[in-house]
Amino acid sequence: MATVTYDKASRIYPGTERPAVDALELDIADGEFLVLVGPSGCGKSTSLRMLAGLEDIDAGSIWVGDRDVTHVQPKDRDIAMVFQSYALYPHMTVADNMGFALKIAKVDKSEIRERVEAAAKILDLTEYLDRKPKALSGGQRQRVAMGRAIVRQPQVFLMDEPLSNLDAKLRVQTRTQIAALQRRLGTTTVYVTHDQVEALTMGDRIAVLKDGLLQQVGSPRDMYDAPANVFVAGFIGSPAMNIGTYSVNGDFAQIGNSQVALSRQALAGLKAEDNNRVVVGFRPESLDRVAPNSDGAFPIQVDVVEELGSDAYVYGSIPTDAPGAGEIHFDAGDSEVIVRIDPRDVPKKGDSVWVKIREGEQHVFSSASGDRLSAAVQTDKAL
Amino acid sequence: MGDSQGYAYDGGMALKITGVVDPALLDLPWSVPLETWPQDTLAALPRGISRHVVRFVRFHGRVLAVKETVSPMAHREFDMLRELGRMGAPCVVPFAVVDGRQDADGEELAAALVTEHLQFSLPYRALFSQALRDDTLDRLIDALAVLLVRLHLLGFYWGDVSLSNALFRRDAEAFSAYLVDAETGDLHHALTEGQRRYDIDLARTNIIGEMFDLQAAEELDNAVDPLELGDRIEERYRELWSALTGKETFSENVRYHLAERVKALNELGFDVAELDMTQTSDGKELSIRPKVVDAGHHSRRLLRLTGLDVQENQARRLLNDLDEFRAVFSPDEDEVLVAHEWLARVFEPTVRAVPREFRRKLEPAQVFHEVLDHRWFLAEKRPDVTMPEAAASYVKNVLPERPDEEAVLGQIIGTVPSDESEAPTETRAIRAWQSLPRTRTGTQARDNHPR
Repeated sequence: MATVTYDKASRIYPGTERPAVDALELDIADGEFLVLVGPSGCGKSTSLRMLAGLEDIDAGSIWVGDRDVTHVQPKDRDIAMVFQSYALYPHMTVADNMGFALKIAKVDKSEIRERVEAAAKILDLTEYLDRKPKALSGGQRQRVAMGRAIVRQPQVFLMDEPLSNLDAKLRVQTRTQIAALQRRLGTTTVYVTHDQVEALTMGDRIAVLKDGLLQQVGSPRDMYDAPANVFVAGFIGSPAMNIGTYSVNGDFAQIGNSQVALSRQALAGLKAEDNNRVVVGFRPESLDRVAPNSDGAFPIQVDVVEELGSDAYVYGSIPTDAPGAGEIHFDAGDSEVIVRIDPRDVPKKGDSVWVKIREGEQHVFSSASGDRLSAAVQTDKAL
Repeated sequence: MGDSQGYAYDGGMALKITGVVDPALLDLPWSVPLETWPQDTLAALPRGISRHVVRFVRFHGRVLAVKETVSPMAHREFDMLRELGRMGAPCVVPFAVVDGRQDADGEELAAALVTEHLQFSLPYRALFSQALRDDTLDRLIDALAVLLVRLHLLGFYWGDVSLSNALFRRDAEAFSAYLVDAETGDLHHALTEGQRRYDIDLARTNIIGEMFDLQAAEELDNAVDPLELGDRIEERYRELWSALTGKETFSENVRYHLAERVKALNELGFDVAELDMTQTSDGKELSIRPKVVDAGHHSRRLLRLTGLDVQENQARRLLNDLDEFRAVFSPDEDEVLVAHEWLARVFEPTVRAVPREFRRKLEPAQVFHEVLDHRWFLAEKRPDVTMPEAAASYVKNVLPERPDEEAVLGQIIGTVPSDESEAPTETRAIRAWQSLPRTRTGTQARDNHPR
């Protein structure tokens, strides 16, 4: 097992100017499960493949433990790509399916058996070791394939969207299994996904990338409660955070026809280039329903109510007839606001509900740089 | 808006076919999971244990391969195969992606990728139920090495190189390999050293695993060393890669060396489309490095001369015969005219000597190659054997014993044992012709299927 260090590592594809991965700096602890996440083209897979040795490192370096692997060939890096292929050999026993790579590496027979048995124990496959893959369920076959990587005892596991060819139901099951397995093995793991829910539920820490640049790295809770910029705020969380740009009047943001007080810290961070505008974000669960025209509250015109049993969400908009309110714009491209409400007290389409952002649950960002200005939000939402 | 439950889909989903324009594709039972498709639709059962459900389907006189997978993956692989085909890579031809499938209760079913079955192609396992020539395995691995080099030259990183993920066609003395599964692959502007090495390493590991499996199935002699076969792909790949892309530096007689290099590449079956020539800094030496090479040197020449579209080694063999014909009969005649004459007087009569009932056995060019071999064999006993004589003897003595290989993956299911066997399907499919009423030989009786 080992740490992994990206030291200002860059990948610049021939014929392009902008790096696909731009001076990535990332320290991954020994035994950590780190998830690289971001939209398509953000550089997450390229970052993983740089570590695997499949992509050249054009500047900077990558270290596994105290060894610089920047120019080391893939098979000499002591790293295993998991799930690349899990076709099993039908005539070989489960044990032979798991151990044959060790046989190729000329590992001693008794040691192969030892390692295979240890891996089978972790994977709950002990009683199947002498059977053929045909006797196994789909999930067990997948675990045999995992076993192949485990018996090699690599320093680091790499997984590149391993769940992308599974249907939605199996994806949820498998993601729980992988996360639990990684914790049992304690092997440093780097995992790539485009799905922020997968990232939040699996990773010890998450690294969000966009356009080849690392946006933020932190625990799922950090990412949720204190996104470092507008991009991360919009990317992490489902349903997504409500984010809009509003004009600032004194100590208040003008949201719709209402004046919403901004925190002292956020106000202190405003600069001239922000041009008296501020980006305010609030999660759907950070709103309380209040009496009409309460202080700092604003109305939401209900378009759709989505009832999920334990939760209900209102999808609506903020009426904008006041001067200055026309400047509202949301990243989603329209002025839709999502509010979590009590499922036992659900409004109808066309109703107006008054809501107020709960104390300390505003995410305030600079309108010029997109960087966070306010302190972390403390919520009790389970991730 | 977030994922919704309940109200978003009230109208149901519509079946959507992307790709080939053939309304008959709608007649296949898309509302049933592929695993339970009716037997009268199927051509054969799938091979081995796959990540996905795969079935071979009879469709208007041809065979299609249908693979169930999630929609984005099906589309990705479809596009990848189409792009590879456009670039001239040897690979299966994508036919369609079928999306929006639902069963009778409105439950969503997996998307399906449909590809055309490559005629006369053989899965490697099928070759192990035939009397194996000693060097069959070597030839298969050499074919896979050529395929890998060709794909790498095009910038394709495979990510899962194995004998199972390719199909093989007889190509004169050799085999030609075709890419079947592009699911794990990526196209790049050019591959890095690491990508190429990783693919080679995967190929080595997978081939060794496949050989261990054949030995476990008692289909391969235990005297064969899988590790040696695994090393062979690495060696072959390196040899071919350096012959095709290596840099050479010369200080004198550069013209001669250049011509020799081009000739050597032609003999390997490649044309040089672009060449880098650079003078060393002291100006005394010149380095040459092929920049763009195109496979198919012989098959292109044969196509130009005769219109015959055959594989590279078959073309080489046919061209040799054509060149001999020209030397003997009309050395001063124009090449194209002689080629027409050869086609009419030699090639066509030979392949037409094959009775209709035997035409599913081998491709015409392969038949021609085998008749040439047969004539050589007859000539050991009696000189001056003519082609018509050789063809007649071949049809009488050799061809009847050969299996039908036009669609090994498309053998009719009713003729194979219906009980569940562990053996992969292609071996079972081969049994379809093995069980035809004819003399069994010791090697054919070797298979280990339940009867």
